[in-house]
Amino acid sequence: MMSVLLQSKNISKHYGGIKAVQNVDMQVEKGEIYGIIGPNGAGKTSFFNVCTGNLQPNGGEIWFDGKKITGMRPAQIATLGMARTFQNIQLFNFMTVLENIKIGFHIHEKTNIFDAIVHNKRYKTDEKMNHEKGVALLEKLGLSEHAETLAGNLAYGVQRRVEIARALALDPKILLLDEPAAGMNPIETQNLSDFIKQLRNDGYTIIVIEHDMKFVMNLCDRILVLNFGQKICEGNPEHVKNDKLVNEAYFGKGTTF
Amino acid sequence: MIDKIKNFYTQHKTLVILGLIVMALILPLLIQKSSIMSIIVKMLFYVILASSLNIINGYSGQFNIGHAGFVLIGSYTLAILAQLNISVWILYPLAGVVTAILGLLIALPTLRLRGIYLALVTLGFSEILRLVALNWTSLTGGPMGIKGIPSPWLFGLQSTKPHIYYYIVLAFVIICLFTSYRVINSKVGRAWMSIREDDHAAMSLGVDIKKYKAINFMFGAFWAGVGGALMAPFYKFIDSTMFSLDEGFNILSMVIIGGQGTLIGPVVGSVVVNSITEIFRFADEARLLVYAILIISMMWIRPQGLAGTSKSVIANRGIGSKKTNIFTRIFDKKGVK
Ligand SMILES: Nc1ncnc2c1ncn2[C@@H]1O[C@H](COP(=O)(O)OP(=O)(O)OP(=O)(O)O)[C@@H](O)[C@H]1O
Ligand SMILES: [Mg+2]
Repeated sequence: MMSVLLQSKNISKHYGGIKAVQNVDMQVEKGEIYGIIGPNGAGKTSFFNVCTGNLQPNGGEIWFDGKKITGMRPAQIATLGMARTFQNIQLFNFMTVLENIKIGFHIHEKTNIFDAIVHNKRYKTDEKMNHEKGVALLEKLGLSEHAETLAGNLAYGVQRRVEIARALALDPKILLLDEPAAGMNPIETQNLSDFIKQLRNDGYTIIVIEHDMKFVMNLCDRILVLNFGQKICEGNPEHVKNDKLVNEAYFGKGTTF
Repeated sequence: MIDKIKNFYTQHKTLVILGLIVMALILPLLIQKSSIMSIIVKMLFYVILASSLNIINGYSGQFNIGHAGFVLIGSYTLAILAQLNISVWILYPLAGVVTAILGLLIALPTLRLRGIYLALVTLGFSEILRLVALNWTSLTGGPMGIKGIPSPWLFGLQSTKPHIYYYIVLAFVIICLFTSYRVINSKVGRAWMSIREDDHAAMSLGVDIKKYKAINFMFGAFWAGVGGALMAPFYKFIDSTMFSLDEGFNILSMVIIGGQGTLIGPVVGSVVVNSITEIFRFADEARLLVYAILIISMMWIRPQGLAGTSKSVIANRGIGSKKTNIFTRIFDKKGVK
């Protein structure tokens, strides 16, 4: 049985005169891997940021897990179970990988300032939890060797994995990845693809923005195609591949010699 | 050299801290002169004041330059309530609580502000408080200030003498550094640092920026209030001139020179800046030039300060830094991409 986890209704986002997103409808089912593609500047990231609350839409509504979340702050939405990564990687560069992950556990920790001062049970439970789970999470993503490295000193591909690990620390219902394979070599990209499938099997729902066509076509159950802020196609990879508008958007109208 | 000291410290942490505490305990026995002891007590006041500012500027990356306002509230709270014969021992923490509440009141409308904008608000607020203290004569004594502030009793001794008052201040310094250390190494401290390093990433992880900035302001203000309260009985007299903007800059210079974002930074800053103040006392106002040169060269060579952390965006904020310079950083309004 399928149920809708994340839904956008008629979402628009304008920057002054630029209509970055126009009337986009989307329904992401629980347990699916949902791709968003489109040429540069199509509005993918803007649409993402509206979903996560980083940007307020000029029109439309976002529903997540049965709740209307438009107008909520990003932190509140994260607490409801939505985690994300950023197109331009936003790690805490001067903190170690493990410290980055520990902040990912923030919403699951209960320590307040007084607990911290007296080191009571609540503090100790939290510290033990985030250390143990942090170490386990790094292991799961093959990042253990980097635990004590400053995040900013890592190679690009590794940073992307750390950012995913940090997002997973939230134990989210849905994971939004903005170009997770950018900067990765083919082997890393393949591993990432396998890993995302694994996550789906673990029960996560995933939305992924990606430029790499092969990656998206092999990975996603359904794909949304944006062009100039508008939805031009939605469906399974086969359907999208054969769509006339999509081919025009990517390869231009007709042929020119 | 600085890094060597830091390495030694990280390797022998407990030993170094115990050694320092023992040295601090026997210090008054080695120093006879009251005048020198007074200077040392003053350094301790500023350890608390600079540490409390470091909580705000160094750990959550906010930019408060009106710290003297908080110190003023702490000092006046103690001085005024002591006239009602309330024990000074109770008034130290109470002054901290009053200041923390005030810190929250200021934080609430300013939580959305960043960088230079927050700096301007804190500056204005500090100046307003000073003017209130100057003009509300019935409460604060106005230009006459408040005289005859009592000092507490310690083991049957009236603690007026610097050699005795020293121990009271030292106890508060230790509690201040100890509680700060514990808070920094917890969920709360991690949330502060995540805001300092990248607030958009912090939000996306569910860190309630406003809430944690408010807690941060309150914790910093609390210790500034306690620091201010400690000063009042020692000087026996306070008036509004002691809490001018210059005083705020003085505290700020200790944080910048000593180093933001580490607990030891403000301690170093207090010792260094107060030593300069004493050494160049003959030069009067001209000594401000020494601070200015020191601060500017610090921002250039070692933006994180003498003992500041290199593991922070702060360290990469210097004027000479290739990545960013301090001006773009202060005016920075980062977008999400
Ligand atoms: N903060 C902003 N202010 C003004 N215009 C913006 C802003 N952010 C994005 N845009 C514009 O909105 C449009 C959509 O940008 P967006 O980043 O959402 O596209 P994208 O599909 O993610 O592109 P890419 O594949 O390059 O990441 C572009 O024309 C872009 O220039
Ligand atoms: Mg994008």
